[in-house]
Amino acid sequence: MSTLHRHPKARLGLLLGPPMLWLGVAYLGALAALFVTALWTQNGFTGLIERQWTLDSFRTLFTVDVYRTIALRTIGVAALVTVIDALVAFPIALYMAKVARPGLRRFLLVAVLMPLWASYLVKAYAWRGMFSEGGLVSSAFEAVGLKSPGYGLTATVVTLAYLWLPYMILPIYAGLERLPDSLLEASADLGGRSLQTLRRIILPTVVPFVVAGSIFTFSLTLGDYIAVRIVGGTNQLLGNVVYDNVGSANNLPFAAAVATVPVVVMLGYLAVVRRTGAMESL
Amino acid sequence: MTISRPTRIVLRVLTVLILAVVYVPLLLVLVNSFNLNKTFAWPPKEFTLEWWRRAAESQGALDALWVSVRVGLAATVVALVLGTMIAFALQRFDFYGRDTVSLLVILPIALPGIVTGIALNNAFRTLFGWQLGFVTIVIAHATFCIVTVFNNVIARLRRTGVQLEQASADLGASGFTTFRLVTFPLIRSALLAGALLAFALSFDEIIVTTFTAGASVQTLPIWIFNNLFRPNQAPIVNVVAAALIVFSVIPVWLAQRLSGDAESLGAGR
Amino acid sequence: MKKLSMAASLAALALLAACGTSGGSGGSADQAAGTGGFTPPNLKKLDKLGTGEGKLSVLAWPGYAEDGSNDPKVDWVTPFEKQTGCQVTVKTFGTSDEAVTLMKTGQYDVVSASGDASLRLIAGGQVEPVNTDLIPNYADIYPFLKNRPWNSVQGQMYGVPHGYGANLLMWRTDKVKPAPTSWGAVFDPNSPYKGAVTAYDSPIYIADAAMYLMATKPDLGIKNPYALDDKQFNAAVDLLKSQKTLISEYWSDYLKEVQAFTSGNSVIGTTWQVIANVASGEKVPVQVTVPTEGVTGWSDTWMVSATSKNKNCAYLWMNHIISPEANAAVAEYFGESPANGKACAKTADKNHCATYHAGDAAYAEKIWYWTTPIEQCLDGRTDVKCTDYSKWTQAWTQIKG
Repeated sequence: MSTLHRHPKARLGLLLGPPMLWLGVAYLGALAALFVTALWTQNGFTGLIERQWTLDSFRTLFTVDVYRTIALRTIGVAALVTVIDALVAFPIALYMAKVARPGLRRFLLVAVLMPLWASYLVKAYAWRGMFSEGGLVSSAFEAVGLKSPGYGLTATVVTLAYLWLPYMILPIYAGLERLPDSLLEASADLGGRSLQTLRRIILPTVVPFVVAGSIFTFSLTLGDYIAVRIVGGTNQLLGNVVYDNVGSANNLPFAAAVATVPVVVMLGYLAVVRRTGAMESL
Repeated sequence: MTISRPTRIVLRVLTVLILAVVYVPLLLVLVNSFNLNKTFAWPPKEFTLEWWRRAAESQGALDALWVSVRVGLAATVVALVLGTMIAFALQRFDFYGRDTVSLLVILPIALPGIVTGIALNNAFRTLFGWQLGFVTIVIAHATFCIVTVFNNVIARLRRTGVQLEQASADLGASGFTTFRLVTFPLIRSALLAGALLAFALSFDEIIVTTFTAGASVQTLPIWIFNNLFRPNQAPIVNVVAAALIVFSVIPVWLAQRLSGDAESLGAGR
Repeated sequence: MKKLSMAASLAALALLAACGTSGGSGGSADQAAGTGGFTPPNLKKLDKLGTGEGKLSVLAWPGYAEDGSNDPKVDWVTPFEKQTGCQVTVKTFGTSDEAVTLMKTGQYDVVSASGDASLRLIAGGQVEPVNTDLIPNYADIYPFLKNRPWNSVQGQMYGVPHGYGANLLMWRTDKVKPAPTSWGAVFDPNSPYKGAVTAYDSPIYIADAAMYLMATKPDLGIKNPYALDDKQFNAAVDLLKSQKTLISEYWSDYLKEVQAFTSGNSVIGTTWQVIANVASGEKVPVQVTVPTEGVTGWSDTWMVSATSKNKNCAYLWMNHIISPEANAAVAEYFGESPANGKACAKTADKNHCATYHAGDAAYAEKIWYWTTPIEQCLDGRTDVKCTDYSKWTQAWTQIKG
C-alpha cells in the first residue's frame, strides 16, 4: 500500500482504470459501432447488414422533409416539457427548501419521490385513460365548455412533463437547500421585498440547477417513443423513427443515422450547459 | 422571517395543487385496480377484489419482480464500486481530461435511452456475440447508474476534504485502515443515497432494458409492457403498479432517515 | 499532442467497431425474383424426430398460442406441455416487421409468419425447410394451402399452414349509422367520423389503400395491391395522406384498439375478428363486415428457426397446433379459418367453418394475403419496376408525418 502512496499516478490509474474500461472503451465503443453502421447499407429483402460504405442514410435523413419536421417537432416538445417542468418544479422546491418545517420537508420529499417508483408505463396509461373520451381530463374540459384536447401533441407534452417532473424538482431543491438562509436574511435586512429577493438572489442561484434538471427532461423527451404512442394519437417523435427503423423497418443503418440527431443535440446542449456550471450541480 | 407571508401562502397553495396533480393519476391506477371492466373504462361501474387475488397468484408477476430485484441489486453494486472510484479519482486528483471523464460519466444518462439501448444491443450481439440475458441487462443498467452514485459521493467528498484522512495517515494508519475507519464512515450515507437512487432507476427502466434483455429474461417493467396488452392480464398489471406505489414508501422513507440530510438525496437526479 | 492521441484512440475505436459489427449477406438474395425466384440459403431440414428437448420458445401473433393467462378457459399450450414435456414460453408481436426483427435475434424456436414475413425469413436464413413427413397432421391440411408462393421455395415447404383470415371493417353500431358496406367509410375525406377513424400501423396497410383504388380508380390499372409501380404507389400514398386527417390513432397492439373502441376515441376502422370478439365480450357494441371492395388478409405459416436448439419440440408443436382440436380452438378464438379440415368438426360453433369459408378454395383466392412487395412486379409485369418494401416503409413514415 505504501508503494501506492509514493506513486499518486499509480493510485489514479487503479482508480480510473476499471471505470474507464467500462465507460470509455465498452460504452463508447458500442456507440461508435452503432454510428459506424449508419455508414453502411442493409439488404432490403433479407435485412442483413452489408458493409458497403455509403452516405445514403444521411442523405435520406437530410433531404426527405418528414424527418426534419419530426426532428423539429421533437425538439419543440422537449423544450416545452422542460419549460413546464421548470415552472412547476420551482414553487414546490422553494416551498420544500425554504418554507416548510423539517418534518414537513421530509414528508414532502417522500411525496415527491414516490411517483418515481410507480411504473412509467402504468402512469402513461393512466394519462391515456384521462385523455380518452369520457376520461377525467375530457370531462373537466367539457364541464367548463371547452373541447377536450384528446390524444395528440398536447396530451404528449402533458404526460411527458408529468413523468419527468421529479427529475426537475430534485436538483432545484438540492440547489435551494444549499442557499444559506443568511443570504435571504441579509437581503431582507437591506430592505428587499420578497419579490426582489426572489429575482435578485434566489433565481440566479437556482439557474444552474434548473439547467441540470433540464438535461434530463430534454434527453428523456428526445429519445422517448413509448409515451407518444400511448397518448400521442397519430403523432410520431424522433424516438419513434429510430425505434421503428430498428424494429419494424429492419433498417439499422438508417436508425443509427436518425439516432445521431438526438445525440448531436444533447452533446451540443451539454457543451453549452458546461459554461453555466450546471454540471457540478447534477 | 425571510420570505413574506403572502409569498408563503402562495407557495403553500401551489405545492398542494402540484402534489394533487401528481397524485391524481396514481390514485386512478389504484382505483382501476378494483375496476371490474378489463379495459379500464372510465368511470368504473363495478368494483372487485378479483384482480388483487389473481395478482397474488400470478407466477409471471412474481418471477419478474424477483428478476428486477436481482438486476437492481447487481447493477447497484457495480455502480457503487465504479462510481465511488471515479468520484475519488476526480475529487482527489488533478489531471488532464478531468472534464472529459465527468462528461463520460453523465453520457449514458444524458443520451436518450434508445440510443444507449440499440448501441449496447448491437455491441452485445454482433461485437461480442453474447446471448442477451440477465448479465447484459445488469451491464446496461450499471452503465447508467454509475452517475447517481458518482454525484452523491463527489458532493460529499467536496464537503469533507482530506484533513481527516491526512490526520489518520499521520497517526500511522495504513491506507486501507484509513479507508475503513475514516473515509468510509464519512461517505457511507452518500453511498446509501446513491445506491437507493440507482436501484430505483434500474427498477423502473424500460427502454434500455427492452433492447438488452432478450427473450428469456423479464424484468418487471418488461412484464408490465408485455401484459398491458393482454385483455385478462391488464388489470393484474394495474394491481402490480398500485402495489408498487404503496410499497415504495418504505425504501423512500428509509432513504430519508438514513441519509440524514436531505441534500444527498437531492444531488444526482 | 494530446489532442492527436485522443484522435488516434477514437480512430482505433472506430476501426475496432467496424471490424466487429455484423456483416455479410445470407443467400444470394439477388433481389428475389418474387415467388421462389431467389435462391434460399442452403439449410438442411430435420431428418428424424427425436425426443423433446424440454423447452420451446414460441413467437406468435397474439391469440395464436394461448396458455390460459389471458382467459383460463382458452388454453391449448398447457395440454401440449403435458403431452410432450416441452415447456413453452410465448412472445407476441404486433406486426410482421416486428416478427422478422425478433427472429433475427435467433432466440425463438418457432414463429407464426404471415406471407409478408415468411419469404424474408427464408431469404435471410432465419428459418429452415420443414420435413413434412415428420408431421402426421400435415396430411389433413387443405391442399390449396400447400406449396404456395409464400410458404415454399422450389417445391420445398418451409413451414406448416396455420390458417387464414381477413382484415375486416369494424364499427361502433351506436355511433356509426347506417352500417357501412364500403371501405369508403374510412377513406372518404368528408367522412362524418373525422378524428375517430383507426387504421393498422404498418406499411403493409398501403396495400389496403391500393385495393380500394382498384375498385374506385380502375384507370390506374392496379391488378395486385402488392405490385405497385411508382404512379400507382403515389396514388395510394396520397390517399393515405388524406386519410390521416381522419385518423384518431394507428394501432398495432390489439388492446389499444379495443380500448379506443370502448372509449369511443375510434368508432370505425380496420380490425381482426379477435378484436371484435374481445370488444363484444366487454359489452362494447361493435360489428364487422367484409366490404365490397374486398379485403387484405393473412395466410400464416408456422416456421422453424434455423438456429433453434429445440427442433424436436418445434416439430411436436407444429404437429400439435394443426391437430384438429388445437386448430379448431385457435381458429375460433382468433376468428379465422383453420388449415386442417378435420378441425371443423371440433369447433364449438358448428357454423364456424361456414362463416369463415374454411376449405373454400375460391373464397381463399379472393383475399389479398399479406405479401412482401418486391421490385419484380408480383402481378407479372416486366415492363416496369414495382416499389419494394423499403420504399413502402419510408413512405409510411411520411404518411404519418
